[in-house]
Amino acid sequence: MARRENSEINAGSMADIAFLLLIFFLVTTTMDVDSGIARKLPEKSPPDQKNDVIVKQKNVFDIVVNRNNQILVEGTDYVKVTEIKGLAMKFIDNGGGVGNSIDGKPGEPCDYCSGAKDPASSDHPSKAIISLQSDRGTTYGMYVTIQNEIEAAYNQLRNNLSNKLYGRSYDQLLSDYDNDPTESLKVKIDNLKDKYPQIITEPEPIK
Amino acid sequence: MSKFKKKKKGLPAISTASLPDIVFMLLFFFMVSTTMRETDLLIKKPFLPTASEVKKLEQKSLVSTIYVGKSKDSRISGDKIQVNDKIIDVKDVPSFIYSERALRKEEEVKFMTTSIKADKEANVGTILDIKEQLRDINALKVSFSTSRGNDLKGNYK
Repeated sequence: MARRENSEINAGSMADIAFLLLIFFLVTTTMDVDSGIARKLPEKSPPDQKNDVIVKQKNVFDIVVNRNNQILVEGTDYVKVTEIKGLAMKFIDNGGGVGNSIDGKPGEPCDYCSGAKDPASSDHPSKAIISLQSDRGTTYGMYVTIQNEIEAAYNQLRNNLSNKLYGRSYDQLLSDYDNDPTESLKVKIDNLKDKYPQIITEPEPIK
Repeated sequence: MSKFKKKKKGLPAISTASLPDIVFMLLFFFMVSTTMRETDLLIKKPFLPTASEVKKLEQKSLVSTIYVGKSKDSRISGDKIQVNDKIIDVKDVPSFIYSERALRKEEEVKFMTTSIKADKEANVGTILDIKEQLRDINALKVSFSTSRGNDLKGNYK
């Protein structure tokens, strides 16, 4: 009996080859997703231009952190970093006065704020400024934590308003927009960003 | 009766015919998910701080990374700044950004982001110096690279 012409190719070593490649890629792979806190730096104004903006003291939420990572809020209160979120939310959402005037029309009081309307605190979310002054010797971890708390405060406020207006949280809107960028979603997101704009200033560090 | 006595004894060998398929599947997964490390770190690997409100960096090709951390030599104190494959001074940051911009298309320049990967023990002064340099040359989009997590206590002592 004659042997068959086409005997099958021996695939036994295929697994070995694949294993070799597999181990190579296992060793070289790094699966870090780069993520972080996004910030937009303020533009530099031309050196010959002096534009000192006068801001009321009550519209500024002053955070100072020293080189021992101790935090002072509004120049008087020594707080823990976890308390910043609550304090910042209370400050931004206060709505004690009227907002910025738009197109010459006088500013209107904040009709979506749910704050205490304390006249000694911020007038309007569009006027509320958070100032973070750090020392050159502050550790970066602390700095990022404070930035994170401020971000969390704004996100929480936007979430609350979004739940009230659209029945969905701001985070939900953002992830929906990522999956399916539609114009109506963008309008909603921009509206929320307008209602609670992030105004963060970082004065010169303490030397 | 002998016909029936010829039953197989013991367990049959497990077929390994599908082993290559399984291995190939794994192989393709790792091939697709892999990113080759482009830069060798000359400084100690930065311990990134943790944050909960993180955003993923989109468009990896438009990201330029600046590393900040301690020198590998423990006798040298202070923060070192590394870009690409060399350790630089703060005042060289603009030229690094310019060289990064030269590699991108002109219309993409305004979407470029600078990712700062700094050790959580680094000094804020160094970071603020870098930020000031970035402001000078209008590279305004910055991302403080962090790992995602809810326990922030590890960020500070």
